[in-house]
Amino acid sequence: MGLLSDPNRRRALISLLTRLNTPICIVCYMAGVAWFMGLAFEPFTLRTYMSENAMGSTMVEERFPAGERALATGREFSAHKKRTGGMPVEWLMKTMQAKGLEVFTQRFSRTLPFPDENKERYMVRGTNVYGILRAPRAPRTEALVLSAPCSPGDNNNQAVGLLLGLAEYFRNQIYWAKDIIFLVNEHDLIGMQAWLEGYHHTNTTGMDWSPLQGRGGSIQAALSLELSSDIITSLDLVLEGLNGQLPNLDLANLFYAFCQKIGVLCTIQGKLQRNDWDSVSGYSHAVQTMMLMVMKQASGRPWGDHGLFLRYHIEAATIKGVNSFRQYKTDATTIGRLLEGMYRKLNNLLERLHQSYFFYLMPSLSHFVSIGYYMPAFGLLAVILLLRALDLWVQLSTPPQRTEDGSSPGVLSLLTPLVISHLTGVALYMLPIRFQEMAVEHFPVSETEAVVLTAIAVYTLLSPGTEQGWRVLKLVAVLYLAVLLGCTALINFSLGFILALTLVPVAAFVTPHVPKVLSAFILVILSPACTLLFSVFFFQELQEMPISFQDGWLLFLSVISQGILDHSLYGSLVYPLITLLVYPCWLLFWNILFWN
Amino acid sequence: MAAPLTLLLLVAVTVRAALFRSSLSELISERVEVVSPLTAWKRVIEGLALLDLGVSPYSGDVFHETPLTIYLFHFLVDYAEVTFMVSVKKNVFRKQKFALEADRYPLDCLELIRSPKEMYYIPLKVAMFYLLNPFTILSCVAKSTCGLNNAIIALFILSTIKGNVLLSAIFLSLATYQSIYPLTLCAPALLYLMQRQYIPVNFRRASFWWFIVQYAFMYLGSLFVIICLSFFLLGSWDYLPSVYGFILSVPDLTPNIGLFWYFFAEMFEHFRLFFLCVFQINVFFYTIPLSIKLKEHPVFLIFMQLAVISIFKSYPTVGDISLYMAFLPVWSHLHRFLRNIFLVSCVLLACSALFPVLWHLWIYAGSANSNFYYAITLLFNVAQILLVSDYFYAFLRREHHLTYGLYLKRKDGSEATLVLK
Repeated sequence: MGLLSDPNRRRALISLLTRLNTPICIVCYMAGVAWFMGLAFEPFTLRTYMSENAMGSTMVEERFPAGERALATGREFSAHKKRTGGMPVEWLMKTMQAKGLEVFTQRFSRTLPFPDENKERYMVRGTNVYGILRAPRAPRTEALVLSAPCSPGDNNNQAVGLLLGLAEYFRNQIYWAKDIIFLVNEHDLIGMQAWLEGYHHTNTTGMDWSPLQGRGGSIQAALSLELSSDIITSLDLVLEGLNGQLPNLDLANLFYAFCQKIGVLCTIQGKLQRNDWDSVSGYSHAVQTMMLMVMKQASGRPWGDHGLFLRYHIEAATIKGVNSFRQYKTDATTIGRLLEGMYRKLNNLLERLHQSYFFYLMPSLSHFVSIGYYMPAFGLLAVILLLRALDLWVQLSTPPQRTEDGSSPGVLSLLTPLVISHLTGVALYMLPIRFQEMAVEHFPVSETEAVVLTAIAVYTLLSPGTEQGWRVLKLVAVLYLAVLLGCTALINFSLGFILALTLVPVAAFVTPHVPKVLSAFILVILSPACTLLFSVFFFQELQEMPISFQDGWLLFLSVISQGILDHSLYGSLVYPLITLLVYPCWLLFWNILFWN
Repeated sequence: MAAPLTLLLLVAVTVRAALFRSSLSELISERVEVVSPLTAWKRVIEGLALLDLGVSPYSGDVFHETPLTIYLFHFLVDYAEVTFMVSVKKNVFRKQKFALEADRYPLDCLELIRSPKEMYYIPLKVAMFYLLNPFTILSCVAKSTCGLNNAIIALFILSTIKGNVLLSAIFLSLATYQSIYPLTLCAPALLYLMQRQYIPVNFRRASFWWFIVQYAFMYLGSLFVIICLSFFLLGSWDYLPSVYGFILSVPDLTPNIGLFWYFFAEMFEHFRLFFLCVFQINVFFYTIPLSIKLKEHPVFLIFMQLAVISIFKSYPTVGDISLYMAFLPVWSHLHRFLRNIFLVSCVLLACSALFPVLWHLWIYAGSANSNFYYAITLLFNVAQILLVSDYFYAFLRREHHLTYGLYLKRKDGSEATLVLK
């Protein structure tokens, strides 16, 4: 290790790094952002391909005939749903039994920590109904799931109808080697969470559910269907699951392959793929698609009912039928054929889908970017933090009498900001729900944040410190941020990258000697809360539904409350991560800025 | 000294008590980085249950503790938490006393010697490093028996430093009885005791051999007594293959922070014995060269041996690491010669954070596999080895400066740099 033991070369390298620290940091930042934007450029991406052998070579001929009958069943379902005002449990059980499935129900109930204003529910009570088609010739060790949500109003009736039609058709085939479970879940994600917890005998979220009377084997793959109209023009694939987890890319490849074969238009993020990648508008289209995926993954919420399966190592995706103004229309029989083909291919699996990538970004449905290509963008941003840490270390070791970390005066002035910022994080984590129990009206998140911020601002403006002290604190804060962002990026790359984009410049430039007012303003702009606000506006822009500032602010508040609900209902990690770890880290930098 | 120490103890006990009562304690006691098949509390409970049923606790491959431990816990199982905290405190007191005695060197260069004022704070720093080390806290909350092993080793070090030959031999035999690896601590103990009694380390002198025979007699005698006592406690010899056979032959390949599990998971049976011998010899092998080089400085040799054991043993846990890390403040005067401390601390910090992340990605999310976890294990161990070798370099360099002066000049008067070849 010549570099580590040769003192002359070491000294030269270290002096180079400290002299050119700021230019290198700026170059790295620009390179990281440019690399990320370049990911959507088509020559830098790879075409998707089927990696699993068991799904590649068989020729399947789809013969599903009964699309119209499925739609009629859907209308019947809708009528019964209106009559019972919720899930028509008896009708569903009777229909599924008539089609030859083993039918079971599960009751569940949950009281949300505070009323959910988006979906208007607070005390949720419901029933899931599912029917199991037993495989005729195989032992009952594996299963596949097809699910459709029972939504209020006129939504997803056709989905349930198609599910029942497919159940009837599948029942007459002899080639099934895995059990197929047809699930209709009530209250979308809450019902799905109850069913999955009951199936796997876990209880991580404190929900109340009745045990499942019937089971298949271990679930290999699942598809969730959302279809709200008789005729569709395109099918949309939704991949993002809880905590930004994605299913194996082979599932997306399977969907794309069948769409090509049958001739259905398929989209991802609601955007159709374009062929003109070398023009500016084509490239920006791909960038928009990729950024939508990044935003959705970073939010950490499941964007379809499939999102909760991924935690149990079950590859799942949601297929949405979209009816928009296009020329070519597809009917229910074709969708049924597509699903039949997909399930026949999934039937052939010998082991779980694991050959293809688990970490990827998709600028379009036929191209993808794997982790090996997108991680360097994050790595370049993380290098900035390490360079700053090295710079601080060198500054700390050069004066002849440096106070070591262990000596008493240094430790206390270092510990106090750390402890206080973490306590604030804990307060921010626990207060919104506690306040809700006291205040009955609307969700007081903005008041909480304002109070906390004021308290911290007051505290930091009064704290004493030494000249060396802020360097030590900054070193600790920069390393803490680097480790935190690294771990986040490994689990949820999009969240890690977005946080890195805003927090790394903050970490790099903040010292007590920069102009205070301007830096305070920039620090607030780049704080996690404001990043979320900008992301909300950006997300709406990307979806081509721009909103006004008032609506945006309300949407921002509802996003925060949804985040808290997701955390308590499904175990999403974004809210605790931001309040307990990212926010204290940001507060440390605020503290450094106002160091006296 | 007493007041800060008491405050420290209070803080440490509070933190541990708080964590014992919280829901995190079950989570921590299942982490593979903190407990190993040798030290897990779950297994101790299992062994106790088997003992209560009248069956040998070693039947079935669950329990791998020594019989004395099982009897100790038989009486103390209700007070398990208190036992572990007491062992932590005992550990701390021993270390504190040891640190006060260490390192009185003849003074040559004024800058390199340590002032009595610095040395006054060292026991407090050692106590702080041990008690507030997150590794120790995790190990204590998980009720891993590693804490007891650490306490015995600390007692051994204390008795060696005080010069008590008999107690040193007894504690060393207890430590060896628990896990075989402290056998290598014989050499530094012998060197220190001989130094204290002014016996020159010379192969030709009769006094040297006589002392070795005395010590070996006491050590082997107490070891024999303990082993026979264990036999009489349980009435059979089947604890020998269960405990020592388990440590040496490594049949359980649960992932941990050591280097054994991945290699042996992918090894063909044909070569297993060969590689087992290679890996086990690796732990004991460094005794002889290190003893020869550091025969004037047996206290540092103890530190090096402890570090080598913690890194290369068959089932390391973070409790073992915290033991040798607690000694680092004793060598705080070497800081100016350390070259890689920044890199090492960054890597150790990052790896400690990445262990649970990659475990989650491997076991729960299914997106990673064992290679990722082993990569972090390797990186962690490389960082530890770099830390230990850095301290070794710093120690030798200080000795060199003590002999030849601090500011070196070349023949023509310009400043020279020292390069390690």
